[in-house]
Amino acid sequence: MTTKKMAIIATKGTLDMAYPPFILASTAAALGYEVQVFFTFYGLQLLRKDLSSVMISPLANPAMPMPVPMPVMVQMLPGMESMATMMMKQKLKKHGVASLEELRSLCLEADVKFIACQMTVDLFEFDKSEFIDQCEYGGAAMFMGFAGDTDICLFI
Amino acid sequence: MDFDKEFDASGLSCPLPILKTKKALADMASGQVLKLIATDCGAVKDMQAFSDQTGNPLLSTAEEAGKYIFFMKKK
Repeated sequence: MTTKKMAIIATKGTLDMAYPPFILASTAAALGYEVQVFFTFYGLQLLRKDLSSVMISPLANPAMPMPVPMPVMVQMLPGMESMATMMMKQKLKKHGVASLEELRSLCLEADVKFIACQMTVDLFEFDKSEFIDQCEYGGAAMFMGFAGDTDICLFI
Repeated sequence: MDFDKEFDASGLSCPLPILKTKKALADMASGQVLKLIATDCGAVKDMQAFSDQTGNPLLSTAEEAGKYIFFMKKK
């Protein structure tokens, strides 16, 4: 039996959108898939050594369940993002959902390959020392080399 | 049922029960049995899917006082 493969393109850097790539990558790896995740644009935030800047915003996010209905004007106030992020993290913990850090480590332990988009690093003038060491830097063509031969390919 | 190793994944949500099962199986020998306890009701279908896709037979699934007990044999 040949090994199944999955490729994910992770383009979002918010707390809510950080979960799907890490959950799917770690699960596929546990099921025996060979997995690569290509982090581009805002997705690159998910490769930072320190993930504390990964946040969730209630602003322009009408689908986010709120404890009380909150007018957009209030969502704009300073500190609302930090508060929403803190509440979301508490909720995740209470329900036994793994932290991003834990899921990311589980991916790495299971040999999920992380590729950071070199163009994005240059574009935003990121310092590579802020990213985890276990990622490779590459471009679209490098990713296609793997993605073109996968059973599952997702854009998140 | 006799088992060689037990892992309690109570309180953990998807996909942790599966990831922990995979890790628990990793250092077991072929033919050994893992007992997994979970409270995530999604684990019932996920453990079956894990078994189907990895070939580790799921010997039994039971529910006891809000907990799901699985016995899985390492292939």
